[in-house]
Amino acid sequence: MSVRRLAKEQPESFAFNKKSEAEIKFWLAKYPEAKKASAVIPMLWIAQKQEGWVSEPAIREIANRLEMPYIRVYEVATFYTMFNLEPVGTHLIQVCGTTPCMLRGSDELIDVCKKRIGKPHEISADGKFTWVEVECMGACANAPMIQLANPDGDHYIEDLDGAKLEALMDDLAAGKTVKYGPQSDRNASEPHGTKVLTDPSLYDGSRAKKIKLPNTAKPETSKAEG
Amino acid sequence: MSEDLRKIIIDGEEIEVPTSYTLLQAAEAAGREIPRFCYHERLSVAGNCRMCLVELVGAPKPAASCAMNVRDMRGGPNGEPPAMNTLSPLVKKAREGVMEFLLINHPLDCPICDQGGECDLQDQSLVYGRTGSRFPENKRAVEDKEMGPIIATEMTRCIQCTRCVRFVTEVAGSPEIGMIGRGEDAEITTYLESAVTSELSGNVIDLCPVGALTSKPYAFNARPWELTKTETIDVMDALGSNIRVDARGSAVLRILPRVHEGVNEEWISDKTRYAWEGLGRQRLDKAYVRENGKLRPADWPEALTIAAEKLGGDASKIGMIAGDLCSAEEMKAAKDLADALGVTSVDCRQDGAKVGGGAREDYLFNATIAGIEEADAILIIGANPRTEAAVLNARIRKTWLHNDTKVGLIGEAVDLTYPYEHVGTSAAILAGLKKKRSGFIKTLKDAKRPLILVGSGALTRADGAQVLRAAGELADAVGAVSAEWNGLSILHTAASRVAGLDLGFVPGEGGHDVAGMQSNPLDTVVLMGADELDLAQFGDAFVIYVGSHGDAGAHRADLILPSAAWTEQDGLFANTEGRVQLAYRATFPKGDAKEGWAIFRALSERLGKTLPYNNLTELRHKLFEDVPVLAGIDHAPGASEGYDAKAAGAAGDVEATDFVPAVRNFYFTNPIVRASETLAECSALASGPAQMAAE
Repeated sequence: MSVRRLAKEQPESFAFNKKSEAEIKFWLAKYPEAKKASAVIPMLWIAQKQEGWVSEPAIREIANRLEMPYIRVYEVATFYTMFNLEPVGTHLIQVCGTTPCMLRGSDELIDVCKKRIGKPHEISADGKFTWVEVECMGACANAPMIQLANPDGDHYIEDLDGAKLEALMDDLAAGKTVKYGPQSDRNASEPHGTKVLTDPSLYDGSRAKKIKLPNTAKPETSKAEG
Repeated sequence: MSEDLRKIIIDGEEIEVPTSYTLLQAAEAAGREIPRFCYHERLSVAGNCRMCLVELVGAPKPAASCAMNVRDMRGGPNGEPPAMNTLSPLVKKAREGVMEFLLINHPLDCPICDQGGECDLQDQSLVYGRTGSRFPENKRAVEDKEMGPIIATEMTRCIQCTRCVRFVTEVAGSPEIGMIGRGEDAEITTYLESAVTSELSGNVIDLCPVGALTSKPYAFNARPWELTKTETIDVMDALGSNIRVDARGSAVLRILPRVHEGVNEEWISDKTRYAWEGLGRQRLDKAYVRENGKLRPADWPEALTIAAEKLGGDASKIGMIAGDLCSAEEMKAAKDLADALGVTSVDCRQDGAKVGGGAREDYLFNATIAGIEEADAILIIGANPRTEAAVLNARIRKTWLHNDTKVGLIGEAVDLTYPYEHVGTSAAILAGLKKKRSGFIKTLKDAKRPLILVGSGALTRADGAQVLRAAGELADAVGAVSAEWNGLSILHTAASRVAGLDLGFVPGEGGHDVAGMQSNPLDTVVLMGADELDLAQFGDAFVIYVGSHGDAGAHRADLILPSAAWTEQDGLFANTEGRVQLAYRATFPKGDAKEGWAIFRALSERLGKTLPYNNLTELRHKLFEDVPVLAGIDHAPGASEGYDAKAAGAAGDVEATDFVPAVRNFYFTNPIVRASETLAECSALASGPAQMAAE
């Protein structure tokens, strides 16, 4: 953790795009009009999903929409390290450096990042990557791991080592699709070499009962493709 | 209203306290002192400094006494009353621990810190802290933040109590300060380091328990123990805020608020706080006579001779105008002299407010300032309380915040820091309001204690008296006037106004008011610190300026008689509620300046009409004899039986024109504050394009 500041260079303006507007509508509908400030974290998140980072005009835009003082949104944006206050590359690599990952070789991943990208929070020369070290993301059984944040979404990429990460970054840089999840022979966090849970239908969701998720309009099947 | 009482044991001593009390309040009721940093009586409870930890008997850990209620305490296993300890070894250890953590990142720069000598952290570490530190690591350093011309920051000293954040959000109503970051990196700042725009912002300096937020203009000026402290009254607006004037030698170095629950609680506006800067600049310290278009210094005998000569002329061609900062004594002496000379053109309403002459209630804030909290609906007419009386506006905000009071406004739609229903801008709306059935009139009628606040902006119009009548009739129609509650409240802008009206400093028979004096040529005009006038309109009249500051009046003057500023003489001031308060001398007058009343006493002797008092005590005796109402020190009359609000003002139609607020520039309302550099900066910030809206 370190002192977090807004980026020195800020865009002139910020506007939510159509996709974001739809998401905002969904989130604002969750709170009564008088309590709409509750949507501040989702709003910041939507802004970050759209731009890759939270800019100062975005903070003002969110404050205006939620009728909050600017400083209140600023406080929230600086409090949570998940909000990037500076621009990031297309792919943000969040390397877990907490004890289990460190013991399983996260230092190697960090070395790769340093070599290929540079210092943390910096954007690589090709504009594709930024890396940061983060605290435990709860995937210790698949250590070491990273979370890859890109316009696609946020994805855990697990069971890594230096070579695998380099290969992954090559693929990403070349615009190829990559496999998310464990990069080993595992499906999830089962013990290595397990033979009993090999039936693919266990994992594609086809066996799941249809359920209604709260706060959704139509029933969805539980997703388990990741 | 009876409250649930509960028996609790504090340090073995049984005491009965209301269940709504916090443990801290209960401990104070029992006479225990609980150290605290973040807790403040007038702000919400944050509970983040942990200094107020106490031991709850039976609880596994100490509890923050500011954030726990007596009703939540648990009794003993056999039905014993709940017990807490504030003096036990556990509490001592807890306090030492908290203190040590607070000091881990607090710099040891007390010798160069402006808070030194009046620092909560310093005092409490002495009493409750450990002897030394066990922290060999580097201390945290924090970048200083820009917060405008008033607040100096040294953010490394900040202990994150968030009092400043809570103050600007809750009391001042302009949420501009916040805490960014988290944990060790938490920092107090404004949004992008913009200046705090609230006119109450200076109070965060007093609230700050450490030296993180200090007064920029006062920086490195003095240590608290060097200062002579005088408890007196503020005259920057008509509230009469209770202040303490700190002076060293002949210089006033700062002004701090004093607690008066009935007036200012414990806040003062920035204008009050930095008026002292103006006390050292642009002062008139000598008498001046205009010769060949230029002012040349003169001595008192010469100046008095000239003044006496002029005042000895045709009494019908002489006018006297009392400014906004005159004490009752000065006006009394001037009025007695005018009476002795037969001068009837005297006026204490330089802004031309059409008040006075009728019942005393017609020009008082009858609801009283503390009474605002009892009001359940407030209609503001032609006023912007935020600029006319910033502390009073905070009181309205408080009642809106806590009692859900409805507020309506007829006048210019401005940001009052609380939401209101904008009823209209024109005076015609007011005149027609009482005939309406729906809208804000219904809110007023349904209210148990409606408050009709009439601002100076509504009364300085040509039809001010008619507006007052309309307001009085409205007050009567909505049941705002009874023996227990008088909601018709006039908000003045001048500290001298109420006392001036009380002692009849208004035109006598055949006399002119200010407008009349300007339209009918006079031979001689005496301005008693009256600068907010169109002075060009006095034409060729010989202007005698009795005042303390070289402002507009002195520039126009043909003769200047230097008088003491309000901090340099004892004086009585009646605030807008009619509360008479004593102002005391903090320093001596500058140069040759004399106390205001003494100048008129000296003049009377020259004119052969010696006034019957030789000192201030005798003058006060005479004043109280003639105007007994001024003898009721610190008494706000409030509601009285038999008052007829319908008779306020004068009958007639009101013009269908918009109300214009009386104070446009909050920071520039009188000659003293116009001489202050800090307030000039504040004013430039407030009117400049760089101003950022709070939300």
